[in-house]
Amino acid sequence: MDIDYQSKISKVVNGIAPSAIRRFFDLANEMKGEVISLSIGEPDFVTPWNIREAGIFSLEDGNTHYSPNQGYIEVRKAISEYLQRRFELKYDPKSQILVTVGGSEALDLIARSLIDPGDEVIILEPCFVAYKATVTLAHGVPVVIETKEEDEYRLKPEALEAAITDKTKYIILGYPGNPTGATMSREDLAAIKDVLVRHPDIFVVSDELYSELSYTGERPVSIANFPEMYDRTIVVNGFSKSFAMTGWRIGYMAGPAPLVAAMNKVHQYCIMCSPTTAQYAVIEACRNGDKEVDEMREEYNRRRRVIIKGLTDAGLKCFAPTGAFYAFPSIEGLGLSSEKFCERFLMEKKVAIVPGNAFGKCGEGHVRISYAASMENIQEAMKRLKEFVSDLKEENK
Amino acid sequence: MLNRIELLQLVEHNARVKISDLATMLNASEEEIAAELEACKKDNVILGYTTMINWEKTERETVTALIEVRITPQRNQGFDKIASQFYRYPQVSSCFLMSGGFDLMLIIEDSTLREVANFVSEKIAPLEGVLSTATHFILKKYKSNGTLFTQKPKDDRETIVL
Ligand SMILES: Cc1ncc(COP(=O)(O)O)c(C=O)c1O
Repeated sequence: MDIDYQSKISKVVNGIAPSAIRRFFDLANEMKGEVISLSIGEPDFVTPWNIREAGIFSLEDGNTHYSPNQGYIEVRKAISEYLQRRFELKYDPKSQILVTVGGSEALDLIARSLIDPGDEVIILEPCFVAYKATVTLAHGVPVVIETKEEDEYRLKPEALEAAITDKTKYIILGYPGNPTGATMSREDLAAIKDVLVRHPDIFVVSDELYSELSYTGERPVSIANFPEMYDRTIVVNGFSKSFAMTGWRIGYMAGPAPLVAAMNKVHQYCIMCSPTTAQYAVIEACRNGDKEVDEMREEYNRRRRVIIKGLTDAGLKCFAPTGAFYAFPSIEGLGLSSEKFCERFLMEKKVAIVPGNAFGKCGEGHVRISYAASMENIQEAMKRLKEFVSDLKEENK
Repeated sequence: MLNRIELLQLVEHNARVKISDLATMLNASEEEIAAELEACKKDNVILGYTTMINWEKTERETVTALIEVRITPQRNQGFDKIASQFYRYPQVSSCFLMSGGFDLMLIIEDSTLREVANFVSEKIAPLEGVLSTATHFILKKYKSNGTLFTQKPKDDRETIVL
């Protein structure tokens, strides 16, 4: 049979270009096991035992059924208490919190529930790859603001003002950020708030997956902490990064009740509910997870310092990241594109890192280095990076 | 400010971390780290650096025994005097005063069955003040001092995750 399958796929899905660096990914994945991988956007830690055990107990008890669509009320209560305790964010567990299949599903629900065809969504590149795709799949138009290294990848109020049109539906803020490790301080966010106050129809989606991983010594501020913004912000968060729970597939959103109800409608038909075992586990995470989270943060922070030193020693310019578990150094002046740099580093030194253009065009000239890896591997990789950069400089002479 | 507790936790876990690496990890100078470690030694906070060995993987046949000892405390000296009579023996690697059903816990590591038996019957049981002993042998070490003896942690993550 001769079927043109490509023509059967919807225009919008076909319109999402296959990642240009797919080839590099395939190459790296083939070398699994032989390479040091600093290219992984998930914790190397295993979920703390008390949390795993709570999941196991729930299975032993026979809790293997669907939960209410919105998530067990006990889970929403635990999340509500956690958000209040850790971030001074107040949400009603009955009406303002929806338990999802990771922050990923929350981002998708938001796009599908808020966007009408042609609506614009402002995203800040370089950024997590799902932002653009979820908007496009929901027939929205992503409007990209390129954040810059010299601004430490923070959103500037002028740039925001310039990107806003009467079609703008919402903006996605992702701080602490993947891939840059940038954070926005209270003052930075206040300036953004001032712009948004002038545009009362625009919503903010605040992706706070990395909110527990901030190394400034202060608790990261959410734009929802500003009273003027609270009713216009949907907070997306989850357990993947802060509690090392990526494989459990659980996260949540918190925001205005009518919007959460709309999202729950989509969620109800597409997903039913997030995994029951994971829901039982995160009750424990919210209530008895602080110590492990703090310990993991301290270890990430030590690795962060080792990475910054390693990059400096290798002669790469790098803005010092203050959150998440990534560094995003510049490789400009070495005569290679991001992709070529990563490919040669992989082949010649057996270390995998990610080309910056995977996170948006303006990521070109940079690479993402994840420090969700053992200290030993980080130190060895930094040694090899130094050799590699000096090889390149030798070649360029 | 260098955090002494954090420094101690790091070297407790891995005594071989280089001073220069500790300095980077803790955002301090090498001189500060060296001075703090020296101060810890002076204060008897750091008492030494040892190596964790899984003797089961060697040809050496040894046992580890936990010995519970019930004693009568001595006037004026409580348990300390009699404890010192035990912990002076080089084969006693640990000696703790315990709450609960017995008083002293002695740990004898890297010894043979016969040596332990002789030690208990000849050195401990006959001592004045010793009411009774109970000796337990470790059959298998799963975890010791925070280190797993049974399995190596594995990393089965994908090579690239955006
Ligand atoms: C910035 C950011 N947001 C959201 C997610 C999605 O996380 P999850 O769906 O596991 O909660 C990720 C994962 O890499 C991320 O980096």
